[in-house]
Amino acid sequence: MKAVKRYFPIFVMPTLIAFLIAFAVPFCLGLFLSFTEFRTVTDARFVGLENYIKIFTSDETFLNSLWFTVKFAVTTVVTINLFAFLLALLLTRNIFGTRLFRTVFFMPNLIGGIVLGYIWQLIINGVLFRFNYSITSDAQFGFWGLVILMNWQMIGYMMIIYIAGLSNVSTDVLEAAKVDGAGALTTLFKVTIPSVMPSITICLFLTITNAFKLFDQNLALTAGAPGGRTRMMALDIYETFYGSTGAEGIGQAKSVIFFLLVAAVSLTQLMLTRRKEVES
Amino acid sequence: MARLRDTAFFILLLLLSLIFIAPILIVIINSFKLKFSIATEPFILPTAQTFTGVSNYIEGLNKTSFLSAFGWSLFITVFSVLAIVVFTSMTAWYIVRVKTVFTSILYYALVFSMIVPFQMVMFTMSKTANVLGLDNPFGIILIYLGFGAGLATFMFTGFVKSVPLGIEEAATIDGCNPLQTYFKIVFPILKPTTITVAILNAMWIWNDYLLPYLVIGNDYKTIPIAIQYLKGGYGSVDMGAMMAMLVLSIIPVVVFYLFCQKYIIKGVAAGAVKG
Repeated sequence: MKAVKRYFPIFVMPTLIAFLIAFAVPFCLGLFLSFTEFRTVTDARFVGLENYIKIFTSDETFLNSLWFTVKFAVTTVVTINLFAFLLALLLTRNIFGTRLFRTVFFMPNLIGGIVLGYIWQLIINGVLFRFNYSITSDAQFGFWGLVILMNWQMIGYMMIIYIAGLSNVSTDVLEAAKVDGAGALTTLFKVTIPSVMPSITICLFLTITNAFKLFDQNLALTAGAPGGRTRMMALDIYETFYGSTGAEGIGQAKSVIFFLLVAAVSLTQLMLTRRKEVES
Repeated sequence: MARLRDTAFFILLLLLSLIFIAPILIVIINSFKLKFSIATEPFILPTAQTFTGVSNYIEGLNKTSFLSAFGWSLFITVFSVLAIVVFTSMTAWYIVRVKTVFTSILYYALVFSMIVPFQMVMFTMSKTANVLGLDNPFGIILIYLGFGAGLATFMFTGFVKSVPLGIEEAATIDGCNPLQTYFKIVFPILKPTTITVAILNAMWIWNDYLLPYLVIGNDYKTIPIAIQYLKGGYGSVDMGAMMAMLVLSIIPVVVFYLFCQKYIIKGVAAGAVKG
């Protein structure tokens, strides 16, 4: 493969250059800038851990948005996966119209976050209007609005993955369980769920990371109102950078913490559920 | 007994489908209503007094220059997806076939980039793009290639490993240079993964808001930017124009989905297994 090696400029260069410009350099620069105070990057002044300390001492919005994001993530991960799995079970029974139902349930996933946000703003405000409220009158409305929106968007996606997993469960094993006299629920928990563990791993990973990184939907549906109390972490970081000047260093430090949190949570989840896969 | 149960399930699924479609139908209905009756009564059909024909659409098109936004969205999505598919698959092949310390570092760096949230590089990346003069619809293609490289290369390397070396060696003996071997032999074999990568990236780039907003948003608007722009600063939103533009941005997606749904659903399922 000596000949291939000489083709490095053609095969690797374009990707490498793009990767360096779009990711590698900005990532390293971002890491460095989180320890500095800056406006325009070139004027960075080293301040040590000051930005990180400020986040937890003089900045209330970050912890608030962290808590909101965690609550949101837990709620949506549970509801989305539960509904998606139940739908997948229903759609692998050869019921009439299965293909059409699958098409319909998946469709919202293709619509962009900004558009989704305004669709649900119309509907939720339409309902709340009857009671003289709007989605921005209470953080609870924003929270549940985001939960409903996220469910509507992601259920179909996860359902497709669960369907793919379920159709790989061998019919022999299911038959064997039936012959052994296992009831429907026993079969579900002892046979079906263990055999779709790989799908569960992926769906949990996708729903967790999506919930933590949510931005577009948050911006369009509530933009953080009222008073920043429905602001999730990604939006909080955005506001720190662009909502005011002078806090760029803090914004960058927040995004480092955000990155470490997302990485830690998703890698822990992958490790835990992968272990279950091996056992089954 | 079993038939009765399946009938019950069918009715349940039918109701759920209606609930899933309802939000889109409500937006379509409201796009034909007088703007002041939208916020207060979104759930009733237009009456003779509130029906406005296509005036919301005309107003929306004028306010957002939606057609140019559609054009930029299409341009950026098509060429970014093409660049990602061609260049990352080439890189993946090189990484698998040429085993050096450098290629394995590159591979792990690319995989690492998949778990880093956009906010981590948001500010520094848009500054870098600005300094290098990439803040235009052509430059942003390079940015998307860099951002999409992680997942795409990861998925391609998984597949390249299963391509038998024998065919490539035969091609080399027949006088093909690596570039010919790659495009005549390997790339066609990668087709299933290519479709998956293309679909996942197209879904992401078409709907992406923040990256294009920060990089090119001042001079060029994509569809999500145009929609967000309608909301504007502090003033009240023109609900009529908003509804009309929501409908216009949903239609192309739905049409594309109905034509390619077989590939999209397969691609999503396959992408998940490898991701």
